Amino acid sequence: MNKDEYKKLVDKLTPKENKSKNAFYSFLVGGLMGVIAEALVVLGTNLFKLPKTEAYLWVCLIIIFFGCLLTALGFFDNLVSKAKAGLIIPTTGFAHSVMSATLDYKRDGFITGVGANYLKLAGSVILYGILSAFFCACIGVIFHG
Amino acid sequence: MNFLNAFLFSGIACFLAQVILDNTKFTPGHVTSLFTVFGAFLGLFGLYDKFIEFAGGGATVLISNFGYQLYNSAMLGYEEMGILGLFSGLLTKGSCAIVGVIIFSFILMLIFKPRD
Repeated sequence: MNKDEYKKLVDKLTPKENKSKNAFYSFLVGGLMGVIAEALVVLGTNLFKLPKTEAYLWVCLIIIFFGCLLTALGFFDNLVSKAKAGLIIPTTGFAHSVMSATLDYKRDGFITGVGANYLKLAGSVILYGILSAFFCACIGVIFHG
Repeated sequence: MNFLNAFLFSGIACFLAQVILDNTKFTPGHVTSLFTVFGAFLGLFGLYDKFIEFAGGGATVLISNFGYQLYNSAMLGYEEMGILGLFSGLLTKGSCAIVGVIIFSFILMLIFKPRD
């Protein structure tokens, strides 16, 4: 069997996903996450009289807490398999990656398991976030003074 | 009206992410890193401020907001302390997400057992 035949076989055997359905669900769920966050911001600014910047940070914390809680309870994987990127791109995806790594390595002990592996998946977000933010800030300093 | 903006903005961002996921070999890890980097870039051009004004919570709930927060607090640090501020200020706003996720995940990890 040569390479082309093998490639065709692989293409045939990989399960086909319904791309338009996936995209629609992620649009819907992602949009809902935005609406929930906006509702919490409105609640915070009106009910607790927070300034907007603080309200955004509180909402960030609340979303992260619920992302962690749902992952720990075991609902999150089912939700992600339906909503796909709709729950990965909001901050819940970040929370989910840390929480699931922490839970998975619990049985390996606190130092060699949890301590060594808790940023296994979210590490890339933090590393490249800091790198890109630092270089963008350098460029911004040069151009904007 | 603000709710509609929030819905549309975060919905379209997630839609784009799903299109990237489906049509390339990127994993969710790639896409979240890409969005974070993109947030910092948009912050550099002053666009993310406008997105937050436009969509409110819809823009701050996305992971790209994390990159923007890092960029924004680095610039604020520079205004306060110069070059040193770039290093010491970079995590001021972003630490909310990092510390939050570590504290919550550790506490919940102590309570819950891993599923098989």
